[in-house]
Amino acid sequence: MISNPSNGENLKRESPDKLLDQERRYFLKIGLIVTGVFAGGTILSLISNVRNVFAPGAYKEEYPYKPHYSMVIRQDRCIGCERCMESCVATNKVPGYGWRTLVLQKEAPEAIGQKQEFIPILCNHCNNPPCVRTCPTGATYKDKANGIVMMDDKKCIGCKSCMIACPYDARYYNEEKHAIDKCDFCFVALLSKGNKLTVCAAICPADVRIFGDLSDPESRVYQLIHQLQKPVWVIREETGAKPNVFYMKG
Amino acid sequence: MSKANAVSKFIDIRSIAKRVLAGGPVYHSCLVLLALFLVAGILAGIHAQYIVGPRHSYGTYREIPLAILISTYIFFVVASTGLCLVSSIGHVFGVDDFMPIAKRAVFLSIITILAGFLVIGLEIENPIRMVIYSLISPNFTSNIWWMGTLYSFYVVFMSIEFIFLLLQQHKVAATVGLLGVISGVAAHSNLGGIFAMIHGREFWYGPYLPIYFIASALMTGCAFIVFFVILAHKINGQTIDAASERALEVIGNLTILMVAVIMFFTVWKVLTTAVGGPSKLEAMSALINGPYSFNFWVFEIIGGMIIPFVLFYLSKGKKLIYMFVASAIMIISIFFMRLDLVVVGQIVPLYMDLGVKEFPQLHVYSPSLHEILVVLGGFGFFGIAFLLGEKIFDGFHGASTGHGHETQQIIIDIEKAEQVS
Repeated sequence: MISNPSNGENLKRESPDKLLDQERRYFLKIGLIVTGVFAGGTILSLISNVRNVFAPGAYKEEYPYKPHYSMVIRQDRCIGCERCMESCVATNKVPGYGWRTLVLQKEAPEAIGQKQEFIPILCNHCNNPPCVRTCPTGATYKDKANGIVMMDDKKCIGCKSCMIACPYDARYYNEEKHAIDKCDFCFVALLSKGNKLTVCAAICPADVRIFGDLSDPESRVYQLIHQLQKPVWVIREETGAKPNVFYMKG
Repeated sequence: MSKANAVSKFIDIRSIAKRVLAGGPVYHSCLVLLALFLVAGILAGIHAQYIVGPRHSYGTYREIPLAILISTYIFFVVASTGLCLVSSIGHVFGVDDFMPIAKRAVFLSIITILAGFLVIGLEIENPIRMVIYSLISPNFTSNIWWMGTLYSFYVVFMSIEFIFLLLQQHKVAATVGLLGVISGVAAHSNLGGIFAMIHGREFWYGPYLPIYFIASALMTGCAFIVFFVILAHKINGQTIDAASERALEVIGNLTILMVAVIMFFTVWKVLTTAVGGPSKLEAMSALINGPYSFNFWVFEIIGGMIIPFVLFYLSKGKKLIYMFVASAIMIISIFFMRLDLVVVGQIVPLYMDLGVKEFPQLHVYSPSLHEILVVLGGFGFFGIAFLLGEKIFDGFHGASTGHGHETQQIIIDIEKAEQVS
């Protein structure tokens, strides 16, 4: 069908200054998403860039584990109630001097509107885990089935090299276990017993922590990461650890 | 008399006891003091590890898990590798000027690494598991595994080398010594690799540390040899013979060179860090202009580099008192170099750049009483082993010749001593 200029569909070439503000904003948003912006971590701006979180050449498949457990943290939803921390302590018998997960607090008095935000942190179950490489006895290892970074307590010599190797401060020495302790995505306490969620994800009243199988296109984590509209980032991407905990807002 | 008999005579308990007893009041006082250090250190370590727990007794914590005990271990093993390398220049690689210091240097390299093992043995939480699982569950990608394994071989090679040096079998000693050098250098560079391969710690990451560690080992080895050769002659009431004087002169020159190399390394470390990432910059400013600046400027730069450089240069390799003072200052300063290296790499919080309330400033570390006692225990062990070694091996008699006269001289001495008794 040929359009008729007289009916208002004037197809004259537009110069950029005639773009509507709304269009301009949309264009800028896409541009920022495509180019990536530093926001306390590195934004994985394109779908194809999700592959960048995996160690180059380390895996034949994009998601080498089945299930490939990962977590998406919707940072702006966190209200700092710390129920995740409390439930983690109770479920995993974390002593008072240690932590497996923490909710960090950031204050920005100069910000417009909301003046503070919360940033939950935990072991990132990296695909290229520095802690596993440095452990002399294989006491900490990457589970071949699900990719969780696990501990074999009896092998831990307590050299604490994994503690300095971890880019996320995710490890502490547990006196009761005589070994390093860390988040295992509640594998021992819950997942190995048929549960589908970590306790921190299950208990969160604001649905901040989304836990699931990144290799399953039906899972929420897959869908949250494989979208273009909202930026997704990881903390300390520059270390090359290829973390499996993703952050996003909006 | 066969060589084996000569050595068995050489380590005759009675004559050793005589030599120890004849050491004099200063010698005995030092032995007692060092023994107290050793006992206190071992007791403090056992108390910390097995009674109250390191969390309650050591100054380390989650964010700074490695501190003065690891740096003391590094101090000793750097010294050991350096002693091994410097001694090998003579008896492995055939530079005659270095021959006179060979036996004592090899002995010192063994006791320094054993002192290091003692300290780290009281630092590691589960040393028994370490022995078992290093063997049955090795991780070949781990620098710590390689370091531990190679240093174990190193101690064995150095001990065999020492025995063959005593037996005057220089060819075998040289061959085993070469194995000692190779395993020592490999182990030592892996020690650097532990820190250098941690991507998350910008202050350490990169190829700098393994190379720096080897250069620093040579510098430390020189300082140890100069200091302990001169001290040993004082203890034994001997004058330094011409060959040993020549050795000290050559080692003095090597020290100047190595101090210059370390100065060069340090300057470039500071300069490259100045244009590095924020956490690296934060750590470096803590070192040169913050809480660690006293350690850096007073110990690392003035005590570890400038004073030794000037004194060794002024000594021309002849004024032994200059060299003795310079090497003493160097040894003390190098201890702080190691401490700074280990601790400053950890003081910048990993989440600092997020600007969160939980990690607003640099982590702080102060050694606890338990840690200080364990460190003193390491020095106590080393000191006792040095003092006793001088008497057991009778001042490494004839060390200067290196070509077969020692045992003869020793036998004559022992026979004389027996006639007197």
